[in-house]
Amino acid sequence: MMEKTILEMRGITKTFPGVKALQDVNLNVRAGEIHAIVGENGAGKSTLMKVLSGVYPHGSYTGEIHYEGQECHFKGIHDSERQGIVIIHQELALVPLLSIAENIYLGNEQAHYGVIDWNAVRRGAAALLAKVGLKEDPDTLITNIGVGKQQLVEIAKALSKEVKLLILDEPTASLSEKDSDALLNLLVEFKKQGIASILISHKLNEVGKVADRITILRDGRTIETLDRHDISEDRIITSMVGRTLEDRFPTRMPKIGETIFEVKNWVVHHPLHADRQVIKGVDISVRKGEVVGIAGLMGAGRTEFAMSVFGKSYGQRVSGEIFLHGKKIDASTVGRAVAHGLAYATEDRKTFGLNLIDHIKHNITIANLKGVANNGVIDDMRELNIANDYRKRTNIRSSSVYQTTGNLSGGNQQKVVLSKWLFSDPEVLILDEPTRGIDVGAKYEVYTIINKLADEGKGILVISSEMPELLGICDRIYVMNEGRIVGEMAGSEASQEKIMRAIVRGEGKAS
Amino acid sequence: MSTETLTNAERNAKASAQMALKDNLRDYGLVLALIAIMVFFQWQTNGVLFKPVNLTNLVLQNSYIIIMALGMLLVIVAGHIDLSVGSVSGFVGAVAAVLMVQYKLDPILTTLICLAVGGLIGASQGYWIAYMKIPSFIVTLAGMLVFKGLSLALLGGMSVGPFPPAFQLLSAGFIPDVIGPLTLVQPTLDAAGKPVAGSAVVLHSTTLLIGVVIVALMLWSSLRSRANRESHGYEAEPFTLFVVKNAVISAIVLFLIYMMASYRGLPNVLIVMGVLIALFVFITKRMTFGRRVFAMGGNVKAAALSGIKTERLTFYVFIIMGMLAALAGLIFAARLNTATPKAGLGFELDVIAAVFIGGASAMGGVGQVAGAVIGAFIMGVMNNGMSIMGVNIDWQQVIKGLVLLGAVVFDVYNKNKA
Repeated sequence: MMEKTILEMRGITKTFPGVKALQDVNLNVRAGEIHAIVGENGAGKSTLMKVLSGVYPHGSYTGEIHYEGQECHFKGIHDSERQGIVIIHQELALVPLLSIAENIYLGNEQAHYGVIDWNAVRRGAAALLAKVGLKEDPDTLITNIGVGKQQLVEIAKALSKEVKLLILDEPTASLSEKDSDALLNLLVEFKKQGIASILISHKLNEVGKVADRITILRDGRTIETLDRHDISEDRIITSMVGRTLEDRFPTRMPKIGETIFEVKNWVVHHPLHADRQVIKGVDISVRKGEVVGIAGLMGAGRTEFAMSVFGKSYGQRVSGEIFLHGKKIDASTVGRAVAHGLAYATEDRKTFGLNLIDHIKHNITIANLKGVANNGVIDDMRELNIANDYRKRTNIRSSSVYQTTGNLSGGNQQKVVLSKWLFSDPEVLILDEPTRGIDVGAKYEVYTIINKLADEGKGILVISSEMPELLGICDRIYVMNEGRIVGEMAGSEASQEKIMRAIVRGEGKAS
Repeated sequence: MSTETLTNAERNAKASAQMALKDNLRDYGLVLALIAIMVFFQWQTNGVLFKPVNLTNLVLQNSYIIIMALGMLLVIVAGHIDLSVGSVSGFVGAVAAVLMVQYKLDPILTTLICLAVGGLIGASQGYWIAYMKIPSFIVTLAGMLVFKGLSLALLGGMSVGPFPPAFQLLSAGFIPDVIGPLTLVQPTLDAAGKPVAGSAVVLHSTTLLIGVVIVALMLWSSLRSRANRESHGYEAEPFTLFVVKNAVISAIVLFLIYMMASYRGLPNVLIVMGVLIALFVFITKRMTFGRRVFAMGGNVKAAALSGIKTERLTFYVFIIMGMLAALAGLIFAARLNTATPKAGLGFELDVIAAVFIGGASAMGGVGQVAGAVIGAFIMGVMNNGMSIMGVNIDWQQVIKGLVLLGAVVFDVYNKNKA
């Protein structure tokens, strides 16, 4: 085994306003090894890689980075690339309407005095494609090849920069099993050539297959680094989630009634790739007064499921049935879904939830204008009263209901989104990441609102990537992975280990 | 707890009062700019600008721009643009000419057909924009060329006219003085005992009466909404601000009415325009339709996820725009008393400029009917004033362009500061 250390990150601490994303993190990568980093969403993996690659420049964090024996002060991604550190992000950074060759040399054009030497480009690209084992014409447009091949183009691009340390952020998240295997084999191949890799992944089976060592992050801290022979799934899972639930959740005595909401055999295809199934036959149900969680990792298909149920707002070739109080309903447009009593509060409030240039009052009433109007004419006073009422009920902190929502904090924006859907008087609320990016105090308030709604007899479906949150507020939890439900458990019996196990072992099979 | 809610309520009231003042200041800024421009030209033209005949002309000259600006406001707030309105209005004028002059169709029937044609044109462009997601800039650029060409083809490259007198009334007519003239100052007689031209002040009394009624209605409605707010326990704007605001607006309206009355009374076009402006203020401020257009322009994805049928809404907005462009085309044709292939040339630029000067955002979601109307008048007064001063058409364009840029820069600067 080669024991020479190529990269050492020591005591890295990175703070964002209000949050410590990384706290005294240490990472040690040896030359020519595959080093995996695992951890829950929000554990700080991507932040750590951004610190390493200079996306967060030297000075915006504390701690030291030693690379090939020298201390490095990267000011930007260019500096780290010059040293041979190349990062491939989860969202591929390829230009769809340029060719493979053009993408490989993007920003690194083979040119003399600004004139591109196309022969050199094609020759170089062809050689790199051969290295990564991609049999495509370098002139093929990116948009015409699949995601798996695009991933290989990204790697070829990295190789063109004479990479010594390759960082892959969830490279197999959107790949099929075959493509994933090919990619992992490529990493092993690189290892033989002396290129070290850092692999960020949720898929513990893959990690177990190729990684020499594993570093586990949790809540922005390094928990431990395990050697290959120590790697067992149970060990990793315990390290990943090992924390106790504190008193962060309001208590509630659930009063659960009959089933009010059911989705059966729900199938959705990708909006662009019609033959790719994103949701592969999901069945769920919610009872009156019940808070039901959907756990899963990013990319499991939870948001896609919720949005497709809510007026076919995602995907194409959507099929399946929705029942409300045992009766089949047509929720094929958002208007119909709302009219039947469904509400969906988005995970991305800025893009999908709010009109950020308008004030609180108009945002609260927009999903139910009929409720403040007679024959299409808005009753100003009724609207103002309602807006003030919801502002008080959900405890929106603002100077008045005339404050522009774009200027509110994340927690208060979320309360405006919740108010909007409360005013539409739904029977079933789907809350997608209701506490993402909001502080602990606001989270507690959101949980309180959820509890109150459940007590009023509504059915609530909560999608969250934060497992403690689901364990703290849900009566029942579904586990979703790769477009399927892979587990279901009562809230009282659920634990983070159980959920994690369902995800990493389910691999798409219902357990 | 109770003390906290009290202070909250107080803070609320204070904030909303401040908000009202701030909102108003922004609106008044535009009005003040218009007044300043008018005073400037009044001075530069040696008092010609404010002559009753010139004020009446100002209304007649700008009516079609203002009418199209109402529709353009909706289009721009919805997050789109319509470059075809000039060509469409010219084309509809040509259709009207062919129907009335060549086919001897009744003017009223012609008007109805032309409005329908405008709606149809709006629908045909709106379909591509709303349902096929073709950028409005491209669709209406194509429409601009298509309808410019079609009106040339329809008129055979020639002017067609004149129109029946009944149709001319649309632009050239004034409301009848049913009460009879009111002589305020007797004419002075010259040595021969004949009255000196222009020495008498004779007022159109029906116009005066309408003006007084309008002012009374305005005052009554603002008093009522104030009372309504207070009865619900909300702090209205400070009473002095309320009084000053209403007094100034009433004075301006009465002044304009007086000027109109001392010429030939209210032009028919002004009545049409006034009704449309009131209607569009109502649509944008009070109706769910208007609210949805603003929500869509502010964030189309959020609007769609709130159950708004964004495609249909866009489609309707373009139909409305098409009908207003048709009406403007009729008024313009009636004013010239002939349909020419050049009618409508470049109108879209004045219309779009008016809406942006009036504070609308090119990103959509922001804009006001009153702003667009005042913006149109700012452009109109500058056209009129510079023409009287004898400024060459080339320099007029330069100055108008700079005013447009200045107005928008000022707006963006203010927004960034806030």
